Amino acid sequence: MSDAPRPPIESGCPDGFQYMHPMMRKHYGNWDYHEDPQPGVLKHVTKSGEALYTVKAGTQRILDVYTLRLLCDIGDEFADGHVHFTIRSNIEYMLSDESRVQPLIDKLESHGFVVGGTRNSVAMISHTQGWLHCDIPGTDASGVVKSMMDELIGEFKNWNMPNRVHLTTSCCQINCGGQGDIAINVQHTKPPKINHDLVANVCERPSVVARCPVAAIRPAMVDGKPSLEVDEKKCICCGACFPPCPPMQINDAEHSKLAIWVGGNHSNARSKPTFQKLVAAGIPNNPPRWPEATAIVKKILNVYKEDAKDWERINDWVERIGWPRFFELTELPFTKFHIDNWRGARNSLNASAHIRF
Amino acid sequence: MAKYDTPMLDELENGPWPSFISGFKRLRDDHPDKRINATADSLLGQLEHSYETRKGYWKGGTISVFGYGSGIIPRFSEVGKAFPESKEFHTVRVQPPAGNHYTTGMLRELANSWEKYGSGLVTFHGQTGNIMFIGVDSEKTQHFFDDINEYGWDLGGAGPCVRTGMSCVGASRCEQSCLDEQKVHRTLQNNFTDDVHRPALPYKFKFKVSGCGNDCQNAIERSDFAVIGTWRDDMKVNQEAFKAYLGTKGKQYIIDNVTTRCPTQALSINDDDTLAVDNRNCVRCMHCLNVLPKALSPGDDKGATICVGGKRTLKIGDLMGTVIVPFTKFETEEDYERITELAEEIIDFWAENGLEHERCGEMVERIGLANFLEGIDVPVDPNMVNNPRQSSYVRMDTWDEEAEKWFERKAEAANS
Repeated sequence: MSDAPRPPIESGCPDGFQYMHPMMRKHYGNWDYHEDPQPGVLKHVTKSGEALYTVKAGTQRILDVYTLRLLCDIGDEFADGHVHFTIRSNIEYMLSDESRVQPLIDKLESHGFVVGGTRNSVAMISHTQGWLHCDIPGTDASGVVKSMMDELIGEFKNWNMPNRVHLTTSCCQINCGGQGDIAINVQHTKPPKINHDLVANVCERPSVVARCPVAAIRPAMVDGKPSLEVDEKKCICCGACFPPCPPMQINDAEHSKLAIWVGGNHSNARSKPTFQKLVAAGIPNNPPRWPEATAIVKKILNVYKEDAKDWERINDWVERIGWPRFFELTELPFTKFHIDNWRGARNSLNASAHIRF
Repeated sequence: MAKYDTPMLDELENGPWPSFISGFKRLRDDHPDKRINATADSLLGQLEHSYETRKGYWKGGTISVFGYGSGIIPRFSEVGKAFPESKEFHTVRVQPPAGNHYTTGMLRELANSWEKYGSGLVTFHGQTGNIMFIGVDSEKTQHFFDDINEYGWDLGGAGPCVRTGMSCVGASRCEQSCLDEQKVHRTLQNNFTDDVHRPALPYKFKFKVSGCGNDCQNAIERSDFAVIGTWRDDMKVNQEAFKAYLGTKGKQYIIDNVTTRCPTQALSINDDDTLAVDNRNCVRCMHCLNVLPKALSPGDDKGATICVGGKRTLKIGDLMGTVIVPFTKFETEEDYERITELAEEIIDFWAENGLEHERCGEMVERIGLANFLEGIDVPVDPNMVNNPRQSSYVRMDTWDEEAEKWFERKAEAANS
């Protein structure tokens, strides 16, 4: 009997209150306002006038147990043994004693963690798994992010930007990293190479055919074996056929490039949420440091910093100055590929006499 | 002694940002368990191979735990012969507590369990919101799950099922919060635990909860069912605090950054330096509250807007969620029940009518919003559109009946 399988306890999503910092628990729903005393530090004040300080720190995101325990030690020493993680995988420590804020910052920094990422800074890049763990990645994620954050660390630790900047990376065109003010995503440039020996055994052919967004895949007999073929003129090289059918080899050391998109914004503040738009492509996928992609990101950030007004996110800024000015200021080429031809594309055309000179 | 050289990965130990490679190497070199040393070494070897050849080498498969069909991301190496100690390297997706709060004691307990069975690598959190325990072999997956399941942790979703939900820090710390985000999150999510663990839907379905229009959880764009906190009475204005902002920031700054940035021109400064708010035209975008947190706050009559159908690129392109419920209270148990039932209705209709691998939003796009609303028995509302129809090519035989429904609903609302 002892070998009988153990039935799972289907407890679902745990209650957060049992782990919450006692001040947050006590004042749940009873906060009055917040201040930003310095980069990386938030001061939230309750309606009864008590203050809670939050110190936010960037980490390597993929934590080994040593780093996790070190972060816990710091939490025990400074934050009553409670921590909170943000959606961008930063760790946050909550303190009620203001005098402990600077010693906590010093402690975090002495261990190489980076305090910042609040208000109008460049936030931690949200990213996925890449070569470390994904089954369909065109590039790495953690390595790209590490390389980029090494260069942008000053912008994470300071308030130099007109408003917050969310960066994201994605290792395929499904774009798990999501919308970003600046998104650095893989863009395949050649149709999949098909390993016809494997298709019949590995792939459920009708579902691969159905997965193609442009109906470019059809069943075919190749060398007497059931396989698939791709109409290469129709193919948009999206890679959607690869997850259900790995013999549709889309990843290519040379032809899987990076593209940069800007103006994605999830917030409803000022304008409705927006999707990101293509600005640059054909960027080499160049490990271990991806310097070409980082250089373009830095260029865009510098122009935004110079030209945008306070509180303008990148989408607000471009909306005001117009896309021609964006390409002029960033010195990026505008090509026929920037003109959308997907569904709804007509809405993206300028049907007016509105031209800036 | 490392078996594999990693000249390219070594480059990622340079520079000021914390290095994940240094962490991997600590597991390889310093951990007392030889299994973990060998796994980390082998993993570094395969990752270096990816860096050299610019290709990934993991493939999926079928791994689960007893009783579930979901929650583990299986990974088998395609180059396992060269890197045998990490040839099975599955991820265990675990649902985080609502709001992502942890005690260090609990994190240590999780670290201890993970170290017993897995690689020692973990992320808080993946893009869907799960704790990602990265790297465990097929045999130990069940043991690790049994261990942590005993003290309160359950698997998240993977595949065509209800996925792990997310909620913002919200009422636990944020003055902008218009909801009990954690309760909304857990009520909705845990109603569908069976659908999380047993994938039987057309594709994934995600719940995300943000306490205000700032939408820190990216819910409108990244979830099939987005709950966004809002309020319907007047926003609160502390005129003394507003005057204090005028004093410290200057009137020009407030005009340039607050009043003229209001998307509906609902703000103006009176001659006596108080702020006038046209609350009927305020769209609760949150901009002015973000700039002047001490002076402006949400009203008292709080609740939420619900948008349905947001998703990422695959396959028809990105979609934002669409307003399905312009406003609902989340106050009484009946409110929670009503919205949970709506979520059930939506998932049932989609399970019935969605194509394989078709997200809810894609189905709505294919069949049209009006048909979807009819299917889930939700009346049309002008808040659901940016503008009415532009094309005259449409059949409208039942116009009179539909118009009558509108007047009946209006009369009902007036009487309630």
